[in-house]
Amino acid sequence: MSTFKEKQASIIADFEVFDDWMDKYELIIELGKEIEGIIPAKRNDRQLIEGCQSRVWLDSSFSDSVMNFSADSDAIITKGIIALLIKVFNGEKPETIIKEELFFIKEIGLQEHLSPTRANGLLGMVKRMKMDALKHV
Amino acid sequence: MISTPDYIHDIRADFPILQTKIHNKPLVYFDNAATTQKPKIVIDRIRDYYENENANIHRGVHHLSQVATQDYENARSRIQKYIGAAKSEEIIFTKGTTDGINLVASSFGALLKEGDEILISAMEHHSNIVPWQLLADSKKLQLKVIPIHKDGTLIMDAFDQLLSEKTKLVSITHISNTLGTINPIESIISKSHAVGAKVLIDGAQSIQHGDIDVSSLNCDFFVFSGHKIFGPTGIGVLYGKEKLLEEMPPYQGGGDMIKNVSFEKTTFNELPFKFEAGTPNIIGGIALGTAIEYIESIDRKSAFDYEKTLLEYAEKELLKIEDVQVFGNSSEKTSLVSFNVGSIHPFDLGTLLDKQGIAVRTGHHCTQPLMDFYNIPGTIRASFSIYNTVEEVDLFLDALRRAITVLS
Repeated sequence: MSTFKEKQASIIADFEVFDDWMDKYELIIELGKEIEGIIPAKRNDRQLIEGCQSRVWLDSSFSDSVMNFSADSDAIITKGIIALLIKVFNGEKPETIIKEELFFIKEIGLQEHLSPTRANGLLGMVKRMKMDALKHV
Repeated sequence: MISTPDYIHDIRADFPILQTKIHNKPLVYFDNAATTQKPKIVIDRIRDYYENENANIHRGVHHLSQVATQDYENARSRIQKYIGAAKSEEIIFTKGTTDGINLVASSFGALLKEGDEILISAMEHHSNIVPWQLLADSKKLQLKVIPIHKDGTLIMDAFDQLLSEKTKLVSITHISNTLGTINPIESIISKSHAVGAKVLIDGAQSIQHGDIDVSSLNCDFFVFSGHKIFGPTGIGVLYGKEKLLEEMPPYQGGGDMIKNVSFEKTTFNELPFKFEAGTPNIIGGIALGTAIEYIESIDRKSAFDYEKTLLEYAEKELLKIEDVQVFGNSSEKTSLVSFNVGSIHPFDLGTLLDKQGIAVRTGHHCTQPLMDFYNIPGTIRASFSIYNTVEEVDLFLDALRRAITVLS
């Protein structure tokens, strides 16, 4: 089981091979298509994080001392970034999620997606992941 | 096959930002409905003001204050003449279109009574919806909405039915920022006047795409933003008929808008100052005057005609791409195209276009009721201005095809 830092380092390495932005996004889109997400029938308003551009649904659970998340979005690029965040956050202790630094997003040049101005729901999702983790500390 | 005329290349050369590269690709700026770029003459004017003229206006006896006051008031006169207003007193400087609408909602709204009706349309920007909702709530007025056809045009029969003696104001956009529809405002104005209603025209989109003459339109209010006509942000204009502005109470209180202040009774300044409390956006007003001077200096008839040609070309080529659906198919349309491609989310396409140097707007364009009408989360909107080229449309189409391939 790799650590929170190692998981992020591995994602950075996956993206380092691409020079072209479009190639990076092709990978993100692939990841978005691969994750299970939350099927529309199982989505509800409690999970919804409304963005100005895209919407995000987030579900979290806590068992065996660790957090697990599933999430979805109506936009595939948002969903791809969700896949990355879930890869990093899933199976981690609440304390880790709250305290450890989330650095891979910036390293691979996707920080714009987590800026308040982007309004794609992702910033709200990370905040809610941390809030959900806080309930189990 | 069309090509970009030389005079458009000449205009283009006046806008320094258009040489910028985004993600190592030449910038293709197709977000002109959100804001236009600024010609060098406007940028230089701002620098020159702060380097050589900066002073507060309307109150100083010193030289700089008098120069700045003169320049600010000259800008007002230039704007007055450009939009065909009878007097410079009818030109109120505001922060922008939104501010102008809020001013009217507050001050004209103060004259309205319970049960009075305001008419807007289903294609309004949020800034021409929410101020009226707030007013309607506080004064128990009725807000009614003119519905639209699927092609993005107003249902004029419904307008005729909604309009009555109870209607006190019709507040409507000249051109839809989402659909590009040019509304038949001449007919709306004359029909509204026939029942005694006043008319506010939201000119945010129309100001950059054609000549405006408020006198021949005979509208009661006309609002626009400076930044949508090659001027700076934070400055806009409310035109209002003098008689109406005289009847309306002031909007905000403060300096500049008063004649005499005492704790017993304060009297207000004359127009336009009655509506301009506090130190205004001085350089904003002056630089907007410069932007108008710029647009007066070019062959704008040819430039506006060319914009239409560019739109027709872009739409024709866009529709050759599989699954493209264009929203807004009025025969009277200005130079923007709003579309979706199959079930691809507009945010995804917009993100991939950005990575290829193409600046478009995605989302609901501050017209959520319109998105609900079409039952879509948003659209991609490419909006053109007088400095855009045919080559840029081709770059945009290539980038779009690549984005679609990646997302399919």
